[in-house]
Amino acid sequence: MSEITKISGAEAVIKSLLKEGVDLIYGYPGGAIMPIYDELHKYEDKLNHVLTRHEQGATHAAQGFARVTGKVGVVMATSGPGATNLVTGIADAQIDSTPMVCITGQVASHLLGSDAFQETDIIGISSPVTKWNCQVTKASEIPEVLAKAFYIAKSGRPGPVLIDITKDAQFELMEFSYSKCKTIRSYTPVPNYSIKQLKKAAELINNAKKPLIVFGQGVILGNAETEFKNFIEKTGIPSAWTILGLSALPSDHPLNVGMVGMHGNYGPNVLTNQCDLLIAVGMRFDDRVTGNLDTYAKQAKIIHFDIDPAEINKTVEVDVPVLGTVKETLPEILKLVNKNNHQNWLGKFHSLYEKEYSKVIKEELHPTKEGLSMAEVVKEINIASKGNAIIITDVGQHQMVACRYAKFNESKSNVTSGGLGTMGFALPAALGAKMGAPEREVVAIIGDGGFQMTIQELGTIFQTGSAVKIVVLNNNYLGMVRQWQEMFFEKRYASTELVNPDFVTIAKGYYIEAKKVSKREELKSSIELMMNSKKPFFLEVSVEKEHNVFPMIPTGASVSDIRLD
Amino acid sequence: MSELNNTYTISVYTENNLGLLNRISAIFLKRHISIESLTTSQSEIENIFRFIIVVSITKSRVERVIKQIEKQIEVIAAFYHSNEETIFLETALYKVKSKSLFNEKTIQKIIKNSQANIVTVSPEYFVIEKTGWRKDTEKLYDELEPYGLLQFVRSGRISVSKEPMNISNILGLNTDK
Repeated sequence: MSEITKISGAEAVIKSLLKEGVDLIYGYPGGAIMPIYDELHKYEDKLNHVLTRHEQGATHAAQGFARVTGKVGVVMATSGPGATNLVTGIADAQIDSTPMVCITGQVASHLLGSDAFQETDIIGISSPVTKWNCQVTKASEIPEVLAKAFYIAKSGRPGPVLIDITKDAQFELMEFSYSKCKTIRSYTPVPNYSIKQLKKAAELINNAKKPLIVFGQGVILGNAETEFKNFIEKTGIPSAWTILGLSALPSDHPLNVGMVGMHGNYGPNVLTNQCDLLIAVGMRFDDRVTGNLDTYAKQAKIIHFDIDPAEINKTVEVDVPVLGTVKETLPEILKLVNKNNHQNWLGKFHSLYEKEYSKVIKEELHPTKEGLSMAEVVKEINIASKGNAIIITDVGQHQMVACRYAKFNESKSNVTSGGLGTMGFALPAALGAKMGAPEREVVAIIGDGGFQMTIQELGTIFQTGSAVKIVVLNNNYLGMVRQWQEMFFEKRYASTELVNPDFVTIAKGYYIEAKKVSKREELKSSIELMMNSKKPFFLEVSVEKEHNVFPMIPTGASVSDIRLD
Repeated sequence: MSELNNTYTISVYTENNLGLLNRISAIFLKRHISIESLTTSQSEIENIFRFIIVVSITKSRVERVIKQIEKQIEVIAAFYHSNEETIFLETALYKVKSKSLFNEKTIQKIIKNSQANIVTVSPEYFVIEKTGWRKDTEKLYDELEPYGLLQFVRSGRISVSKEPMNISNILGLNTDK
């Protein structure tokens, strides 16, 4: 009787995934994971497996999916090179707090440590870049370990988890039963907030004359967009965002004062060093945000709302930490803060914006030069999408420009590699985003450098037919590195010029409709053509070759020393 | 403004997990902090392990490191203590040629004065054990060295805090029984 109810470890993996509500996996098969793929075949009506063209592409696709849905992205790969190819995506998910479960095959347990074919110590390799990882050598452990994996990946501050399953454990028979993981005694996903700290924070907020909020991805990960909006609207505090906080607050909100950090807006950077109270909400004071720490907001009291105790006082010493999820702490503090407005103080942001507009933004959006600017391409996308598109960016100049100029009405609409700065992220992430939010327009904006790092995923986009809109801003340079070479290395352009292939032909080779634009008068109509297409579309835009992104805080400078030219 | 380094004993209570040593040591590696000594053993609570790690860093760094260690899923709690806040010992073993023991009167005196114990004696060598503070084991090393040390080994630090650590409370266990 019990013989009949026994299933293989491989089937237990699939059943566990189904119990967790997974219906989409990105991956790449190989020797050590074949038993699981064999089971996938049987369950293909319930579980869609997308074959990417490289395992790194699978991780970024899962990240794109996770970032727009808030669900856990799932990745599968084989042992050895399959597993090591995941590492960049895992590290990216770790630093950007993206929930992801990666399942890797491993050589049979009796071969562990023997340097067997395609054996690699992926547990050792992935330890520093995973929230948790675990090797499974017995089929009976599979349901419990996978339940833990999903719980850890999505609870608290989310992150990537890797589960390595030996081939013999995949073949071994076991009796399947599944119960979701609800608690782990050594793990506190959401620390308790203290009423005392909330009261202290509220008092500082109520007494502040020039308060500034800087919010990050914590607002999005905590699904606290409404709570956040209620908080800023009651207190009337100008609110600036980090790159991963972008889209948590609509672009046209009157209290949205723009981006902080290296290529952020002039006003919030300059005024960081004039505010009397800095309120950090779900952000981690990254060095690209703070510039020189010795001169960062020294005049201000600082309140830090964060779910992760390790972020408190990590780089910036704060006066009042408020632990917990902002979904809970913001409504609590809302009861304690006075209704207020800071019109004069907000006016300072507006007047500094005017300065930035006349010195930078005007020429960016309405160039008088012949060459196309990256920003005017983003502007045309805004017009065509009405601010309703999900914008995926890669890393470099185009990323900074897109984040500066893209308009968003909805949250979870900005997907980019923030912390790790992974070139090659955007194309596969866009595929994942489109599959996660098929009803929405997904536009990937990518540089010509990063595009070629994962260009093979055009094949996956073609095979899945996902209607991703791909815009490559081509300046034939690794633009951001070239900008630094121009500014700080006396224009010595060491290995930054790219001699590029005919991208349109490549896209067409993958049967993706494609077009190239190099003249301003064709830009608007080309973007409309792309946006109106119901299929994947590739648009190459030749942009000004040697153009620099401003404003800019040079490395080591203070945020208030941000340069407009 | 620059803080001085101090010696801290970090105690980490963990679930027994295969990969945890790797994860914990990676936290130090990532920050370029060298570990002066490391001991792992079963703790006073069943199925819970304790790592004792000695490092020499600033107070603000040790505070940050502790939070990173506690962030690891299978870590139950981590604490740090200065030398003043702990009772700690190390054990050292010294292997010396037996000839020296029989021929040199002074060596017997050294052993007696240092309150070391002779663990084993064979025709070729004998082994002395000394438990104490680092300075005590080092003093004995210096004294024995002229007589030809064949081998010398010192354990990691073992320590208990003067204040209670309340690890059982964290786990909701009652260990008073």
